[in-house]
Amino acid sequence: MALKLADYKTTVHNDWCPGCGDFGIVNALQMALAEMGIERDKAAIFSGIGCSGKTSHFINTYGIHTLHGRVLTFAQGGKLANPEMTVVAVGGDGDGLGIGAGHFVAAGRRNIDMTYIIFDNGVYGLTKGQASPTLKLGEKTKSLPSPNTNYNVNPIGLAVASGFTFVARAYSYDVRHLKDLIVKAVQHKGLSFLDVLQPCPTYNDINTRDWYAGADLAKEAAERHSRIYKLEDTHFDPVVHYADDKEIDEKLAQALIKSLEWGNKIPTGIFYKNDLISPFTTRLTDKIPNYMENPPAKQNISKDGKPTTDVSKLLDSLQV
Amino acid sequence: MDSVDFTWLIGGPQGSGVESGANVFSKVCAELGYQVFGKREFHSNIKGEHSYFTVRVSDKQIRSNVNDVTLMISFDAETIFRHYSEVGSGGAIIYDSDLQNTTTESVHTLDNFFKKRLHEELESKNKPFTIEGVLELAKEKGVTLYPVSFKTVLASLAEETENPRLKGLVRMYNVIGVSLSLGLIKMPPASLLKSIDSIFSKKPQIAEINKQAANYAYNFATSKFTDFPLSLPGIEKQSDTILVQGHQGTSIGKMVSGCRFQSYYPITPASDESVFLESNEILEVLNDRPGSTAVIQTEDEISAIGMMIGSALTGTRSSTSTSGPGFALMTEAIGWAGMNEVPIVLTLYQRSGPSTGLPTRHGQDDLSFAVAGSFGDFPKIVYASGDIEESFYDTGRCFNYSDVYQVPVIHMMDKFLSSSVVTCKKFDPQKITINRGKLLDKVEGEYKRFAFSEDGISPRSRLGLDNGVFWNTGDESDEFGHITEDPQMRIKMMDKRMSRLDLILKQVPESEQVVSYGVHDYTIISWGSTKGPILDAIDMLKKEGIDIGFIQIKLIHPFPSEIVKSLLQNSKTIIDIESNHSGQLGKIFKQNIATEIDYFILKYTGRGMTSTEIYDSLKKIINGQANHREVLEHGA
Repeated sequence: MALKLADYKTTVHNDWCPGCGDFGIVNALQMALAEMGIERDKAAIFSGIGCSGKTSHFINTYGIHTLHGRVLTFAQGGKLANPEMTVVAVGGDGDGLGIGAGHFVAAGRRNIDMTYIIFDNGVYGLTKGQASPTLKLGEKTKSLPSPNTNYNVNPIGLAVASGFTFVARAYSYDVRHLKDLIVKAVQHKGLSFLDVLQPCPTYNDINTRDWYAGADLAKEAAERHSRIYKLEDTHFDPVVHYADDKEIDEKLAQALIKSLEWGNKIPTGIFYKNDLISPFTTRLTDKIPNYMENPPAKQNISKDGKPTTDVSKLLDSLQV
Repeated sequence: MDSVDFTWLIGGPQGSGVESGANVFSKVCAELGYQVFGKREFHSNIKGEHSYFTVRVSDKQIRSNVNDVTLMISFDAETIFRHYSEVGSGGAIIYDSDLQNTTTESVHTLDNFFKKRLHEELESKNKPFTIEGVLELAKEKGVTLYPVSFKTVLASLAEETENPRLKGLVRMYNVIGVSLSLGLIKMPPASLLKSIDSIFSKKPQIAEINKQAANYAYNFATSKFTDFPLSLPGIEKQSDTILVQGHQGTSIGKMVSGCRFQSYYPITPASDESVFLESNEILEVLNDRPGSTAVIQTEDEISAIGMMIGSALTGTRSSTSTSGPGFALMTEAIGWAGMNEVPIVLTLYQRSGPSTGLPTRHGQDDLSFAVAGSFGDFPKIVYASGDIEESFYDTGRCFNYSDVYQVPVIHMMDKFLSSSVVTCKKFDPQKITINRGKLLDKVEGEYKRFAFSEDGISPRSRLGLDNGVFWNTGDESDEFGHITEDPQMRIKMMDKRMSRLDLILKQVPESEQVVSYGVHDYTIISWGSTKGPILDAIDMLKKEGIDIGFIQIKLIHPFPSEIVKSLLQNSKTIIDIESNHSGQLGKIFKQNIATEIDYFILKYTGRGMTSTEIYDSLKKIINGQANHREVLEHGA
């Protein structure tokens, strides 16, 4: 029986604030899973801590709500041990780019075939609105006692520099575009990163839904334009087409430069995509040839309660 | 024939081949049928600082080092300065005669603390601050000196083999030293050459040069040093004996137990285990295609435990191996595993803390931390192995405990064990059983991961199992694994998890919780690697007609209070022996059974206990001369 969108929803009460950008992300994730027809028991959503951490409880697949900053570590372990799972990790920008930044970088280097979505809103919502890593220097969101004293992290730039092989940005109020990007991210063979701009209606009074819509750009509605635009509507080509250093460097540099664009025009869509870098499991199969057919989770380790691993050669080599 | 009990010491700067020299020596002795107990000591340094290896050899069972060295081989001055006093009367020192006039000041790796103590000793005996000075002291004590010019040995060898390259090969000093030692004690040379072949099996050319040097040095010693009274000609070999390195008990134990995922971050002394697992990552499986262990080096210990838990959620037996500083970083996630009832095995190779402490030295400092590690109340098991052979079988137990009770298990090991090389009975994989507890192969109907059940343990699904969808969270949860803050549900869930501690004490066989080696008026309680030296010290006292009891506590948490209490009811004096400052087991003991420890024998120099010093302290206790807290100091 084909799965419907409703099959991917749980009945768990959603206690996010009214108007929260997170709703769009959960909806898009459920739509993407339904569109791809991934069996509920073959998908796992891993989440970090904070408002976004609750995401895994709203989706009717395996849902692993982990620790603050550590979601990528749990997700990578699960994916490596059972590569047939579709794994999506989610978390806030504080979770992934503050406390979890080390894991973010290391995950990029591994390029494990899974997707990481950051709910990017510039504040620590659940602890009452402190500045988070993507908030710009000098900005003062409403519950900050004084303007932010730290420079912001550039999530797209960091992902590109760390080795993520699919790097994209979406806007949580454009659910259909977000869903399309999630599908592409999941289908990409390697580690995908999706930076989702997601207004926090309660604590971020700067990057609001109206602000993204450009409400402040002109007095007359007709003269306003949304700050958000799509890279695919321009001549931007994010794909590394051949394994040539010059081609790779150009595409990396282009993505980095594009990632710095902010203000009146904010790009969304795919910034960088490289299918030529081997995913981690390929690196494993280079040394363990049957890894994909017989990964850790599928191996038989015993028969009738007795171990079946044969270490006799190893023990013989130690014998005196 | 008199019983053989012989201790050999080799020392030298790190990177000079002390360890491979000692491996050759240990292997030769083991090949000749002797029991071997070797231990490596080294600095936190790559090259240049002093390291040494003691190998005790006997025809009887030995489980420890002793204080006295019988034969010391030294090709550098520092080894002589640091260890001359350990060689007992009747022993011997083979040394490089070119070092005769070396002064303490010229050895820049001799630290000031040591130098001051040495100078005071030499001054009081009216000796110069030179190699000659310390060797005179040794000689006066009754030690025989065997000077050999290592340089001349190499030169003669180069000439004899017409291979001038050999002349400058100081890297071979270690093999020359080992061969001189074996010649001195008249061990048959065949096994020496065989050991060199096996150690350099991947480098045949190097093996050949080393064998030439070995032959030459061996013959040199047998022809020139004929007066040393001790000889070790070899004895009947016991069948099924292996010579193992400290980390091999747990690593081979993991392979056999079906651990298929190990994530780790490099740290001394734990990483050897992970490296060994990766070196042997492809596994033969009976009547099946090859299996494998995924060994993943992570960016830090937090990632190591996170990945291990992620893997364990797929039903894979998963593990990590670390030491105190890494363990500290893992504690938050241990609580998560406890909350979500995820079976994981964490092998904790302790070293001397606190902080970086003595990073390459031994300690049993982390027991209290392992028991308490992570915030909040949740069930876990802390289980301690007493020696390398035990650690193989205990690894199997730890995986079963974690699967059956769905709790994190912390397997306590330490540096004393990890850097030992010992002979023991060949591991028997068929003695390990595999019990996955309530792990499900299929799910029918509605599934609740944390369903309430009579024994408090719920059937466990795994990521990817058909119809087995579940949720996990570090928050308190309902039976499905969804967040709840309901006070009644909180009580039920907390009680469900914590009830496992009693269940463990009830179900784990008593012989796996505590091992009693007899209870007498004086009875020792201890845990972990002190087992070997304690048993050897007890044997020494037994020969004098003194009986001392010993209870080895293996299950530390939950603490087997009833068993320990009933075992000790007829004992008058309780002695706690541990390698830490505060007597951590003693505190747990007192907390659980409200009984005072009468004496503590403690050591926190970072060096393992010898049976000699335990024997001495026990004697003091029996003679009523001991302090409440006896602190041991032996070892350079």
